Amino acid sequence: MGSYIPSTVSQQEEMLKEAGFSSLGDLYRDVPEDLKLQGELNLPEGLSELETAKTMRRIASHNKVYESVFRGAGAYRHYIPAIVKSVVNKEEFVTAYTPYQAEISQGVLQSIFEYQTMICELTGMEVANASVYDGAVAAAEAVSMCRSPKKKKVFVSGAVHPDALKVIRTYCWAAGEEVCVLPAKDGRTDLSALDGEATCLYVQQPNYYGVIEDLKQISETAHGFGLTVIAGVEPFAMCLLETPAECGVDIAVGEGQPLGMPLSFGGPYLGFMATNTKLMRKLPGRIVGETTDTEGRRAFVLTLQAREQHIRREKASSNVCSNEALCALTASVYLAAMGPEGMKEAARQCYSKAHYLADRLEEAGLKRVYEADFFNEFVTVCDDPEALLAKLDAKGILGGLPVENGILWCATELNSKAEIDALVKEVSA
Amino acid sequence: MKTLFERSVAGRHCSILPECDVPVRTPEHTRTQPLHLPELSETDISRHYTELAKQTFGVNDGFYPLGSCTMKYNPKVNEQAASLEGFAEVHPLQDHVQGCLEVLATAEKYLCEITGMNAMTFQPAAGAHGELTGLMLIKRYHEKHGNTARTKIIVPDSAHGTNPASSAMCGFTVVNIPSAEDGCVDLDRLREACGEDTAGLMLTNPNTLGIFDKHIREITDIVHEAGGLCYYDGANLNAVMGIARPGDMGFDCIHLNLHKSFSTPHGGGGPGSGPVGCKSFLEAYLPGEKVVFENGEYRWQERGEESIGAVRGFHGNFLVVVKALTYLLTLGREGVPAVAENAVLNANYLKHLLEGTYDVTNKGVCMHEFVLTLEGMKKETGVSAMDIAKALQDYGMHPPTMYFPLNVHEALMVEPTETESKETLDAAAAAFLEIYEKAKADPEAMHHTPLHSPITRPDEVKAARHPVLRYRFDD
Amino acid sequence: MNTPKELKYAKTHEWVRFTSETECEVGLSDFAQDALGDLVFVNLPEVDAEAVKDETICDVESVKAVSDVYAPVNGTVSEVNEELLDSPELINNDPYGAWLFRLKDVSGAEDLLDAEAYEKVCAEEEH
Repeated sequence: MGSYIPSTVSQQEEMLKEAGFSSLGDLYRDVPEDLKLQGELNLPEGLSELETAKTMRRIASHNKVYESVFRGAGAYRHYIPAIVKSVVNKEEFVTAYTPYQAEISQGVLQSIFEYQTMICELTGMEVANASVYDGAVAAAEAVSMCRSPKKKKVFVSGAVHPDALKVIRTYCWAAGEEVCVLPAKDGRTDLSALDGEATCLYVQQPNYYGVIEDLKQISETAHGFGLTVIAGVEPFAMCLLETPAECGVDIAVGEGQPLGMPLSFGGPYLGFMATNTKLMRKLPGRIVGETTDTEGRRAFVLTLQAREQHIRREKASSNVCSNEALCALTASVYLAAMGPEGMKEAARQCYSKAHYLADRLEEAGLKRVYEADFFNEFVTVCDDPEALLAKLDAKGILGGLPVENGILWCATELNSKAEIDALVKEVSA
Repeated sequence: MKTLFERSVAGRHCSILPECDVPVRTPEHTRTQPLHLPELSETDISRHYTELAKQTFGVNDGFYPLGSCTMKYNPKVNEQAASLEGFAEVHPLQDHVQGCLEVLATAEKYLCEITGMNAMTFQPAAGAHGELTGLMLIKRYHEKHGNTARTKIIVPDSAHGTNPASSAMCGFTVVNIPSAEDGCVDLDRLREACGEDTAGLMLTNPNTLGIFDKHIREITDIVHEAGGLCYYDGANLNAVMGIARPGDMGFDCIHLNLHKSFSTPHGGGGPGSGPVGCKSFLEAYLPGEKVVFENGEYRWQERGEESIGAVRGFHGNFLVVVKALTYLLTLGREGVPAVAENAVLNANYLKHLLEGTYDVTNKGVCMHEFVLTLEGMKKETGVSAMDIAKALQDYGMHPPTMYFPLNVHEALMVEPTETESKETLDAAAAAFLEIYEKAKADPEAMHHTPLHSPITRPDEVKAARHPVLRYRFDD
Repeated sequence: MNTPKELKYAKTHEWVRFTSETECEVGLSDFAQDALGDLVFVNLPEVDAEAVKDETICDVESVKAVSDVYAPVNGTVSEVNEELLDSPELINNDPYGAWLFRLKDVSGAEDLLDAEAYEKVCAEEEH
């Protein structure tokens, strides 16, 4: 069996004796006999490191890794600069706990402060938290921020990621709120059913179908009904399109995975949340602030803690404590490596390549379903998605995701022209 | 030290992307707000984060007895497995994922065996998220049985703050019950609190004072007889895994912290993983999809209409599950109880070394952690639990958890874990004892510790009164 | 400890200053601010909110604690002291100047304590 217990048997005996125990079993003298596990656990025998490493490699080899990926739908493959992994693998960052002891956690605290700043810059908003579990949870937590004793309804666009909708539904069911889904019309959110009986409206920009929503108009209409506007936004799109702040959004949330995190079969990912100072104290989870130490030097600390569960207990509006700090660090390093011009360039390439792909697919007979402009994803018609995707699969290409009315395609800066042309060739063949 | 933004030099950059190889296009309405991201070379970035890393104390920097957080060593082979391309480069919505499904199915099987549960979901991404999910199972159960009047969750006053907060998020009313003098559940108070409106009880065993509650079967029976369900907060599982199972104690559902008991790193505050396990009668309510094995193949299976839905996108923090499974494969059936035994041994040994000097709340055997109270010290000298904690930083160790549990005044909660050696524990005890003497001799000096950390104590009042939560650019 | 004679007090450490027969200001006593330590934020009630005697109406935060503020009398909130949102330290610096909120249509003031009786309550709590 493998073990990470440093004490030798004789040291264990020495420690037992000194602390007044006759054996390891004696340590459990307070546990009633009938509660103790009889016999051994039904687990395999422990392995040496060599055997464990081999076993995990064998299991991993049963997954297919695609050379070329044209599927997004909430999880995006982008190029990850080498510096990102190098920084994120530093053991101090990997093995530290939540920075409760500020004096010996300045590194983590400053990195979160820098992350908060960069999320504010991307979204144009005034304040951001230290992250939550993923984009879907960020959406649900934002809906929770709007909770009111008087209104028990929330509006959600039908053109948001299905996982975000599901998580919002689950959180709202638990809190006794009704979720009203606004239908999508021609791929965009149809606001005609809005009313003032709800607390908020959640929309996604670009939406699940890749379509760019008229976010300004949405905010204006929703504000007219007194609703708080929450937008789930894509980080690259924010570098190119009008920001949530420019569109009048109250809370901007989103999935940060595209910022340097690999696909990872869905996680760990990064939920980011940003808002204006008016709603600052409603933000869930950790927030880092700047202050000074007793010598007057700049210092960073966890702050606004009286909002949180460990102080407010049942009166806290959220229970978040552990978040995704290492993923937030990943996003920071990624954004630092890309810089403002690199992010804008990557965003332009996502947009341009997706449009090139759409044009080529249309030539090959796969016409786009919605007319409105899109960012880096779009839906095309397809008579037999299963057959097409199987054909691509055989060539090492992960094609778009089959959806209701066709296929949802995605392109990023990682898809070269040659890759796109090769894909289209298979589609036409 | 400087922030990334203060290091920025206009026009500096790393060259990451090639030129666009398709015609460049731009959308109609574009961003006009400036985008202040730092402009840096790779050298700048590398040095910046190396410096930040030096100002961060991780498990590999020294002893980290942070009570209730189980800061054990994070084995490297786990990290290696999680970085395999076959796991890291797999899209959550692709086919040909037999390996990923095998990871989830195997981890579920092993963790159910260890906890005495029948089914598990890996969607919850942290302990608190697991709690919320578990409470949702309880809510759905009562809803399905027409018991909408069961709206109260009983939580002892020694519980983690997340317990009442999760209950409230789930629409429950929290009934706090005071603990008995020994920190265990006061059975009479529990009986009084139970009734027609009881939805359930949330409990951790061993409790936050590091005591195994002997009456646990009686406790779960009382709640069940009243028609409620019992939820096990798995934060303290490290003390009993392979020795006693929450399922056998009468618990109906649990959450685990893979980033505590199962050795996955905390990452400075996540990502964690908080899988939720339950008995068969609650399985239909679990969120997400289920992995089944049929005809020699793993596949996803939708859970039915009774499922609470989803608590996170996709399948949870999958790579964290990969790390935990790697750990379980290494430990195997003998290794799991050995972890618990040595965690308890280390705690009792350290407690023994401190007992003559410090006031330990638990006089008898402790489990994986114990609690010191500095109440006497505070009254006598003015030196608080916080002062002692800060002073420990100067001895190259991370302080214990401060001011928790809430039912102990001036508390320091110490959890050494099984991955620390006798030498480390002896050195830590020597530091504790030396600080005790110093505190008695020169109380005033203690208020100014730590002396050798990157910063001295920060002004938390200033930070909270006038929040500065982001870097401000000149324009 | 400062306990102005012209004010009335509640056992839960709020002071009450009547500005007319049916209107008053409410704040936290010197004893309370001292016990709470440095205050960092005040969650003020909403204007028009109903104050129900002895029930929580708002709360104040220090770095590591939240404390409920109870309505010392019945009434309706007519105004809140927004200055405290930016400067909660005013409560620590000048507890009897830093009113939290004003009430109208006040009732139930009969059993408020005078300064002397309130000082006794504080003295007992200190033990």
